Amino acid sequence: MKKQKVFENFIHGIFLILGLITVGCVLLITIYLIVSGIPAIQKIGLWDFIFGKEWASTAKEPSYGILPFILTSVYGTAGAILIGVPIGFLTSVYLAKLAPAKIRMVVSGAVSLLAGIPSVVYGLVGMMVLVPSIRNLFHIPDGASLFAAIIVLAIMILPSIINVSITALEAVPKEYEDASLALGATPVETYFKVSVPAAKSGIAAAVVLGVGRAIGEAMAVMMVSGNAPNLPELFGSVRFLTTAVASEMSYSSGLQRQALFSIALVLFLFIMLINAALNFFLKRSKEE
Amino acid sequence: MKKIITLALAAVFAVSALAGCSSRQKGGTVSTDGSTSMEEVIGVLGEAFQEKYSGMTFTYNPTGSGSGIQAVKEGRCDIGLSSRSLKEEEKADGLIETVLANDGIAVIVNPKNEVSDLDVETIAKIYMGEITNWSELGGNDAEIVVIGREAGSGTRDGFESITGTEDACKYRQELTSTGDVITTVSQNPDAIGYASLAAVSDQVKTLSVGGVMPSEATVKDGSYVIQRPFVLVTKEGTELSDAAQKFFDFATSDEAAPFISQAGAVPVK
Repeated sequence: MKKQKVFENFIHGIFLILGLITVGCVLLITIYLIVSGIPAIQKIGLWDFIFGKEWASTAKEPSYGILPFILTSVYGTAGAILIGVPIGFLTSVYLAKLAPAKIRMVVSGAVSLLAGIPSVVYGLVGMMVLVPSIRNLFHIPDGASLFAAIIVLAIMILPSIINVSITALEAVPKEYEDASLALGATPVETYFKVSVPAAKSGIAAAVVLGVGRAIGEAMAVMMVSGNAPNLPELFGSVRFLTTAVASEMSYSSGLQRQALFSIALVLFLFIMLINAALNFFLKRSKEE
Repeated sequence: MKKIITLALAAVFAVSALAGCSSRQKGGTVSTDGSTSMEEVIGVLGEAFQEKYSGMTFTYNPTGSGSGIQAVKEGRCDIGLSSRSLKEEEKADGLIETVLANDGIAVIVNPKNEVSDLDVETIAKIYMGEITNWSELGGNDAEIVVIGREAGSGTRDGFESITGTEDACKYRQELTSTGDVITTVSQNPDAIGYASLAAVSDQVKTLSVGGVMPSEATVKDGSYVIQRPFVLVTKEGTELSDAAQKFFDFATSDEAAPFISQAGAVPVK
């Protein structure tokens, strides 16, 4: 009996340690980012860093303003949400409520596949197909632009939006819908006036998850956005927060490198905010 | 991606440096530090060197030309690697440069582009945004799309310092690898870019500069001007260790020339 208890405690201990590894990693990353991100902000000045409009990290008189990156990340994410959410939302309503079993199987298979494609492949296809087509379609000198990045991001966030929304819609009790149908509402009326409002917290969580995915993406947008540190324009070459870190890190040194860590810190704060929002919506969805 | 490779390389070198400590008695260690553009050349030379003198350990720390020069000055490595000539003040600090090889930077355009020759001043004007349309240069009426490398890249540093466009380039795209530059230029008929001569392929058209096509011969005799030296940096008055001296002699000998060519640079010997 006693032996068994020791064994139980031992196993509990192992689980606890494994759980703490995750917590430890998060703590380690957070502390590391803060410690290595703060010095450059102190040197440059918080205001000049966040609201500076010029980034020239290797110039003789370097300037480190990341407003262009922040705005680009915000606009890029907003654009991706604007395009991705309607498509993803309607797809999930169709799949959860309307689609015949066979079509549903094929479409959800395709969605899972889309989720599994590595981001570098999105970038490559964007670079080889999307960028030249944007160039020809809009008669602009170069297709690598914020617009190209928005399109790529919109496609990349589709799977998260669709999957989470479907789960939320399927969790709506069937009695709600039956009652609505029994009162004479058509199926489509029922879905949009009963099911969707009942699942709205889950759908909001899906959107926030999409935002998180879009703002954190680096590889794919780096290959299609042109990477010049300009203030964002829809058809201009832009640099995101993520790509600002990724593109200069390998050769950077001194204050430039420290400033890159500061950019990572800013990005990290954005992601934390988004996560807080996500938790809020998920909690509310559970309470309902 | 490049960061991961750099990290992996750093890890490998760190491990090999540790291994070097244990075998120091019988062989010796050569530590080099500096230019990332010289990665391929120095990698091939290091391998050949270790093959020739078994037991020797060779390390390379890819930090960039500036850091490499600094490292030699402070005695943190045996030989510094720089992909630019030393500045006067660096020479005044007692540093000596030995040119190992030269590397041409090719100016490339899309194969559909009719322009085939530009001089250095025109290239500088294009990159600084003073010439913005191909029609001014006898090409189609289309805006020039200026493609370059990211800040900190050795190729960008070399190109901008030769054309005198430091900190003044108006890039439409800043890409993070030679391959990306070549792919982008091959996709866009109005693009212009630059890339290490060794990496240029048939996908793009290489421009002659001032009437001279870049090639091993024109880089060697200096008639192709957009080129930069690959330099070994040592410190005056500091004697190289036995192993480092052996590597220095090997790298600057005729014997090393084929290896340098193999890595895409043009040996001076």
